[in-house]
Amino acid sequence: MEIPKSFLGYKRENGRAGTRNHVIILPVDDISNACAEAVANNIKGTIALPHSYGRLQFGADLELHFRTMIGTGKNPNVAAVIVIGIEPKWTKRIVDEIAKTGKPVEGFHIERTGDIGTIMKASKKAQEFSQWASEKQREECPLSDLWISVKCGESDTTSGLASNPTVGNLMEKLEPFGVHLCFGETSELTGAETVCAARGATPEAKEKFMRTWSSYNDFILKEATDDLSESQPTAGNIAGGLTTIEEKAFGNFQKIGNLKFIDVLEPAEEPKKGKGLYFMDTSSAAAECVTLQAAGGFNIHLFPTGQGNIIGNPIEPVVKLTANPLTAKLMKEHVDCDVSKILSREMNLSQAGDELIKVMLRVANGRITCAEALGHREFVMTKLYRSA
Amino acid sequence: MSQPDLIIHDEKDNVGVVVIEKTKKGQDCSAWIMENDKTVKVNSTNEVPLGHKIALKDLKEGDTILKYGHDIGKVVKSIKKGEHVHVHNVKTKKW
Repeated sequence: MEIPKSFLGYKRENGRAGTRNHVIILPVDDISNACAEAVANNIKGTIALPHSYGRLQFGADLELHFRTMIGTGKNPNVAAVIVIGIEPKWTKRIVDEIAKTGKPVEGFHIERTGDIGTIMKASKKAQEFSQWASEKQREECPLSDLWISVKCGESDTTSGLASNPTVGNLMEKLEPFGVHLCFGETSELTGAETVCAARGATPEAKEKFMRTWSSYNDFILKEATDDLSESQPTAGNIAGGLTTIEEKAFGNFQKIGNLKFIDVLEPAEEPKKGKGLYFMDTSSAAAECVTLQAAGGFNIHLFPTGQGNIIGNPIEPVVKLTANPLTAKLMKEHVDCDVSKILSREMNLSQAGDELIKVMLRVANGRITCAEALGHREFVMTKLYRSA
Repeated sequence: MSQPDLIIHDEKDNVGVVVIEKTKKGQDCSAWIMENDKTVKVNSTNEVPLGHKIALKDLKEGDTILKYGHDIGKVVKSIKKGEHVHVHNVKTKKW
């Protein structure tokens, strides 16, 4: 198949391009959710991103909170941002960082005004942003403007046999076009960690991966009260035939094809070494992982599933594929790309990779995903430890 | 290129994955090895559902299960060729 050289995206002020054109209402903290949701309810063409945290966090956990908030606002799938927090200082810190992209952003704080007054002020600005964004048109953008993240979920053995290798095949075909790529799921590489580390493009990348994996593994061993059965692998994984974390890890690892990764990113960190594949240190829980990758700047996501994980994300479209014929049949409304014919050998891996490229480009050009059609907007902050 | 009942990732593997809805007890299954495109036969001694594994040889306690040509865990209860391989007879070496 000849791969198209471009897609239709929204060009942003900082040179990036989006596959979506969202105006978001971003609460800084849990107690500002009500206000953010009221504004999004008032003004059509906006979405609120409620979440559970943002108060009394400290140290690395607080830095991750800021990085996730700021990165979400900066993502090129977002046209404009309203930030609402309880007090002005943290609100302003987020607004100022998002403003560096050049996109419209305005902050509001609730103290000394109350919800109702804040909702009124923020709604007026949100209306302005929504109407402004509605005039943006899709333009031809080079394929290299795609930043593609990947994460699998509710995996089973069909994931390792077919749907994850399909993603790997897409990566091998699109890497030469200069796209950015990202995989994560640190704990889910357990058992395959040395094989994965060997894929580091430089000694530094290899070493950084092993340090990151060991640190996550030490944390799990410290907190574990049993062998993690039904957590990792999950009960769904086990029902689908996956027996151990090692088996799951080698299946997971198929998603990167034969590529090497050039750097290891902190959770929600934006890649800075140019095109190519990155590993991001993330949890293996789907919504947490995709939220972090979106905050890292990735603008389209590929999600292979076995038993049928139904996740979506509010700003980064999640394209779902499965090779499990039962999932493809019984959960059809969640499946953007069915590659189950690989198992019956009616389709080979290269054909499946081509099919996924086609589906992904249709979504990049504006076709809404199954998860978007079904209203999945899982925005889940990763929290490293208890608040002060 | 007929539809296989089982797929084996690597020639070194001692398990294969069921890729039909389920195997019947005593079914003579054709297993396709992806790595070298060979096909081998294995008799399924239980009814095993889609996605679950079947042993390609006799395995005893302490043996290593190989899939993708790699170590994916240890046998904790002996397994006969053709039997269902899962959490009841295999455990992780990691956690």
